[in-house]
Amino acid sequence: MILTDQAYLRPDGAKGIRNQLLVVYLVECAHHVAREIAFPFRQRGVQLAGFGGCYPNEYSFKMLRALCTHANVGAVLLVSLGCESFDRKHLRQAIEAAGRPVHTLVIQQTGGTRRTIAEGTAWVEATLAGLAQTPRTTMRLDELIVGTVCGGSDATSGITANPGIGRAFDRLVAERATCIFEETGELIGCEQIMLNRAVNPELGEILRASVEKAAKYYTIMGHGSFAPGNAEGGLTTLEEKSMGAYCKSGDAPISGLIKPGDVPRGGGLYLLDVVPDGPPRFGFPNINDNAEIAELIACGSHLILFSTGRGSVVGSAISPVLKVCANPETYRNMSEDMDVDAGRILEGRGTLEEVGTEIFAHCLRVARGGETASELLGHQEFVLTYKSFEPIGPACHPTYH
Amino acid sequence: MEGLLLISARDNVAIALRLLPAGSTQTLAGQPLVLRQPVKLGDKVAARDLAAGEIIRKYGVPIGSATRAIEAGEHVHLHNMKSDYLPTYTLEDDHRFIPQGH
Repeated sequence: MILTDQAYLRPDGAKGIRNQLLVVYLVECAHHVAREIAFPFRQRGVQLAGFGGCYPNEYSFKMLRALCTHANVGAVLLVSLGCESFDRKHLRQAIEAAGRPVHTLVIQQTGGTRRTIAEGTAWVEATLAGLAQTPRTTMRLDELIVGTVCGGSDATSGITANPGIGRAFDRLVAERATCIFEETGELIGCEQIMLNRAVNPELGEILRASVEKAAKYYTIMGHGSFAPGNAEGGLTTLEEKSMGAYCKSGDAPISGLIKPGDVPRGGGLYLLDVVPDGPPRFGFPNINDNAEIAELIACGSHLILFSTGRGSVVGSAISPVLKVCANPETYRNMSEDMDVDAGRILEGRGTLEEVGTEIFAHCLRVARGGETASELLGHQEFVLTYKSFEPIGPACHPTYH
Repeated sequence: MEGLLLISARDNVAIALRLLPAGSTQTLAGQPLVLRQPVKLGDKVAARDLAAGEIIRKYGVPIGSATRAIEAGEHVHLHNMKSDYLPTYTLEDDHRFIPQGH
């Protein structure tokens, strides 16, 4: 199925549904300068991302490399203070190798805040002109990658929005698109059911082990992936929230397990393991929803389906975030922030099938350039923290040859 | 339209589809069920009498267990059930986290 003839064709062959220029700070000390460069251009596709830490970390490097060479990104400005540990040279080389225009500004070499902002502003202005000439191409639905996340969940999430997204995922997978669901910490209690959906028993065992790892990790942290608002919203236990979250994955077979920065190949449904390997070293696996969204995008997601019951407003840098609202009362209260009123099922104003069809239609609309509510409101949240992972083995992605 | 939803036939708790008053009689699987407390959208209600320690089922799967005997029609939440994995934390008025049910 042809998705669009207006996709952005990158020199490395990647096809994007957005044409962003990314301004990236490589340590918190460069954040202000990067933001000052990006902010005046925020209506013209210039976005801010970055990493706040000064210590080196393989995960954060892999994440920024994946994000700076994402299909939706056409050019990158790196902003370094100069003395931080981040390996800016190899990041720039990776972006160059992907054929994206890239420039590095080092604040300590450029001569401080004002000069760096001026140089950065000039580079962005000049580069935007070239970006507007990005060639357009045909993109099929089987080239689309869609991620899903839930945030601000309540007891309606698992009845309306999440199974609605599951129906949309089933349609997308049937068209050989790639779908990614995540947060193994929110699958605690679902492991036995989930392993039976793996394309082979070896992968089933890997899926089960990933949830066990999450349960151990969260037990050491002393908190499950469960916020006080979840309980106010009628959810009582982690495993109750898990089952509600799990239905976002739909009914398709699970083709593989990936980790942040791995881009799945060949279509199908994938579980993104977001819980670090080894003993806990850097705190909670994901400190908020945007940390998960950034990881889904680093796995190639062109767009994100975000299910919410309590009412989240966030968007993201790089890829559009589409809000599916599970709770009809929340929808009435915050309709401007929502794209789909899935909670209407609870009031007899629609069926799960209709909501699934609507979400699928929104995926096509947004991939063809239509804006989401969070894009229209200017949301571009981004966060990246420390983690550590072991690389995945071939058994994690058995369909990839 | 009905006030309670049983997601799976194997479930022993039903979900409130809107604000329902205490003492009201709801219909669940063709049988009357009298609510013991008021419940709001998304809240769980015992579909039948539950023994202390009994597994609570929603979506047809276990979501925790009863910490005491629960009568049919009672609101089921932090005060009478717990996780069988990790404790649930709620935010009290003084912004301290209080573990529940453990």
